[in-house]
Amino acid sequence: MVGKTLIRIEGVTKRFGQFTAVDDVNLEIEEGEFFALLGPSGCGKTTLLRMLAGLEVPSDGRILIDGEDMAGVPPNKRPVNMVFQSYAVFPHMSVADNVAYGLRMDGVAKAERAERVADALALVKLDGMEDRKPDQLSGGQRQRVALARALVKRPRVLLLDEPLSALDAKLREAMRSELAQIQDKVGVTFVMVTHDQDEALAMATRCAVMNRGLLQQVASPTDLYEYPANRFVADFIGSVNMFEGRLTVDEPDRAVITSSALPVPIYVDHGVTGATGTAVWAAIRPEKIEMLHRPDGGLPPRVAGVPEGHNVVPGRICHIAYLGSETVYDVQVDSGARIKVLRSNVARYEERGFDWEQPVWLAWHPRSPAVLLS
Amino acid sequence: MEEDWKRAKGPFAIIFSPPAFWLFLFFVVPLAIVWAYSFGENVGPTTIEISGTFRHYVRAGDPVYLDIFLKSLWMAALTTLLCLIVGFPVALAITFAPDKAKAWLLLLIMLPFWTNLLIRTYALMAVLRREGYVNSGLGWLAEHLGIAFEPLPLLHNNFAVVLGLVYVNLPFLVLPLYAALDRLDRSLLEASLDLGAGHLRTIREIVVPLALPGILSGLLITFIPALGSYLTPDLLGGPDSQMIANVIERQFKRANDWPFGAALSFILMYLTFIAIAGQAVLAGRRRRMMR
Amino acid sequence: MSREAIGPLDYLRRWPLRLWIALVAIFLYAPLITLMAFSFNESKRNIIWTGFTFDWYFKAFRNAGLLEAFTNSLTIAALSTAISVVLGALVAVACWRFRFPFKAGFEGTLALPIVVPEICMGVAMLVFFSRVMPWPAGLPWPLNLGAIIIAHVSFCFPFVAVIVRARLASFNRELEEAAKDLGASEWRSFMDVLVPHMRPALVAGALLAFTLSLDDFVITFFTAGPDTVTFPVKVYSMVRFSVTPEVNAASTVLIVLTVLLTAIGLKLQGREVAKSGGA
Repeated sequence: MVGKTLIRIEGVTKRFGQFTAVDDVNLEIEEGEFFALLGPSGCGKTTLLRMLAGLEVPSDGRILIDGEDMAGVPPNKRPVNMVFQSYAVFPHMSVADNVAYGLRMDGVAKAERAERVADALALVKLDGMEDRKPDQLSGGQRQRVALARALVKRPRVLLLDEPLSALDAKLREAMRSELAQIQDKVGVTFVMVTHDQDEALAMATRCAVMNRGLLQQVASPTDLYEYPANRFVADFIGSVNMFEGRLTVDEPDRAVITSSALPVPIYVDHGVTGATGTAVWAAIRPEKIEMLHRPDGGLPPRVAGVPEGHNVVPGRICHIAYLGSETVYDVQVDSGARIKVLRSNVARYEERGFDWEQPVWLAWHPRSPAVLLS
Repeated sequence: MEEDWKRAKGPFAIIFSPPAFWLFLFFVVPLAIVWAYSFGENVGPTTIEISGTFRHYVRAGDPVYLDIFLKSLWMAALTTLLCLIVGFPVALAITFAPDKAKAWLLLLIMLPFWTNLLIRTYALMAVLRREGYVNSGLGWLAEHLGIAFEPLPLLHNNFAVVLGLVYVNLPFLVLPLYAALDRLDRSLLEASLDLGAGHLRTIREIVVPLALPGILSGLLITFIPALGSYLTPDLLGGPDSQMIANVIERQFKRANDWPFGAALSFILMYLTFIAIAGQAVLAGRRRRMMR
Repeated sequence: MSREAIGPLDYLRRWPLRLWIALVAIFLYAPLITLMAFSFNESKRNIIWTGFTFDWYFKAFRNAGLLEAFTNSLTIAALSTAISVVLGALVAVACWRFRFPFKAGFEGTLALPIVVPEICMGVAMLVFFSRVMPWPAGLPWPLNLGAIIIAHVSFCFPFVAVIVRARLASFNRELEEAAKDLGASEWRSFMDVLVPHMRPALVAGALLAFTLSLDDFVITFFTAGPDTVTFPVKVYSMVRFSVTPEVNAASTVLIVLTVLLTAIGLKLQGREVAKSGGA
């Protein structure tokens, strides 16, 4: 991490009438980061991005870029540029005129302008398209124009509003890595808004998850997935089995959670720092649950590092969704819970595969559950 | 999509005949007669012989009438320009207003438009008269300040006519302008601001070029009625502020020179069509440029 | 911060624009409001306020000519609106539904009454009704208004057609097909599906036709005879040379009537649109 704070968001709130779109958000974004604002639609992430651009004005709080308070600084005077969701490529200007527009506004001399436009178009691989009109371009090319048009101004921060949402699936995959490469090359700080968790996890160095205007968690993609801060984040990022229960044991090196949904308590090998008896949630990812055959009258398998009678439950497969690279099994536990289990299809053919209605054991490692207090 | 009329002759006849018949008898026929009269001669007090003469069209080129045509065109153009200057900021503000304010502002613009034209013109007369509200207000002010005051000649001159035309036609321009601006993609304006352009620059470089077809049709919708206006110059104008319509009226109602009046009417119609064609060509060229 | 900050595109919240709109509003409304205010003024020389009175209203109501003109105007507006709505709806459906020879030419002709200068149309009506189809004099009321009504319908129904046509463009033809699939006849599906869809446009068209007819001076001026005077023509003859509070009073009545009609129309239209499920 580079470490120098570039953007500082202090207690920013945005209200539209009665509705609070962004609620007291505090956030720091460092120089050179590829930062993602992630959340479901209507969570306030786009509003926050637009406030960075100066297109919305905060109702409360302040935004500092490079240590300078942005209050009262109009969008055209800010060291940030934006790639709009609709791309907002000017339809009456050629590709080159679009890219040159911002430089013209800054009064950059003609010769330098031409040079920088050419460089920017080369960066996004649109060289040779200078004279095309936007309606002669594909969606992906229009997006490149929007990108070049923003980057050519050499902003301190590049804002991207759902940059990949309008592209088709294949192109989206390709653009993910290309955007990351471009960011590497130009070294500009990128702040991206997205509702697509895969996109955020794949591209960003750090993500902020938002919900209903509130910041839920700011962390690296790995930490978001493996150490979610609360139920919302655990549920929003990826798929998860959530068990509501009470903390019955809480020592520095272990904790036990009893849930009415499971016949056995959940054992974890770390402390939780909550009073015994408090309501907690254990979140276990489907790929972190192991599934074993359960012959009639067989004893439950032992999980290493777990006392007997924990982390192993009997159940019956009630649904199978085959997804090609992996398969998702829905397992009905006798106590009522339904648990999702994900297995990679490593081999093309499995001698002892799992089938509908089969009795199975489900077991998980003491480090697999994430214990959530809220 | 559309059905061929031959496949449903009965329903087509029932639906189509009444309006087509009306349009033909009560619109096409009367206009055709006027057109024919424009090539005719007065042979008796009430009889006109269609002799195929172009005399009346030639006469319309007399300096007296040419002047009036030029003046009418100039007044209509000036009115349209003033409406644009006054109306553009209003349309801009309405476009980006919150929904509720938008509805009220549109009503604010529309309400005078629905009010009777004659009443509006009359109201303006009361304001501008020698002893009208403006002059009495200024007179009262002058009296209190101890300055000698001669009432301003506000009515019965060209100034009053242009003011009246702007007053009457302003909504004609604001509504199409609003419609044109409202169709613009907001993010284009935001992109322009984001790229470093100020508001005026954004309006000049982005808003006007993109909304141009709509702006042009708004200008046309204002220009055409202004060019053919009768009531405003008649009531607010002086002896030298006659427009084409007033001359036409005189030929029919007082001078009883119907053929000449008919010729003038058709010249006015042709001018209108030229304006429409001009707008269509400009808008078409614009559209091609965008492609 | 109690007041919300102004965003970059909140043009309405910038003071120069607010001032501008206020000035435009004053420009548009001050003459009308003073006109209405001075209809309650005691003094005949209506510049200086001398006291409140309803006298001018009584005078206007006792002015038989003014009253007759007023009634004539409303009658003409009502009748020509009714005819215009029917003709406009028919022609809109015909052009929307059918392909026929010279259709483009017909549609162009239909648009002519909208663009032709009023004075030309007035002249045409004058010629038509004096030379081709003289309207018999001395017919009982309201038949004596026939010529004016015909002239008004001629320039009103194309406006109705434009509005209805625009509405028809948003009609989902599958609805009609569904009705027929469920057993409705051609006529039933027309009445049960198409007419309800057109209703907001019919209301809007009627409102526009009524306003246009009530508002018209020039065309009526050329068509009206001495015994068929409408309100605008009457007021014209009264104000040509003088401004009297009686006219103020009559005008105020008409303005209030217009505002009321507009309000009712907007309410009705809003309800119609809401009923038919949005635009």
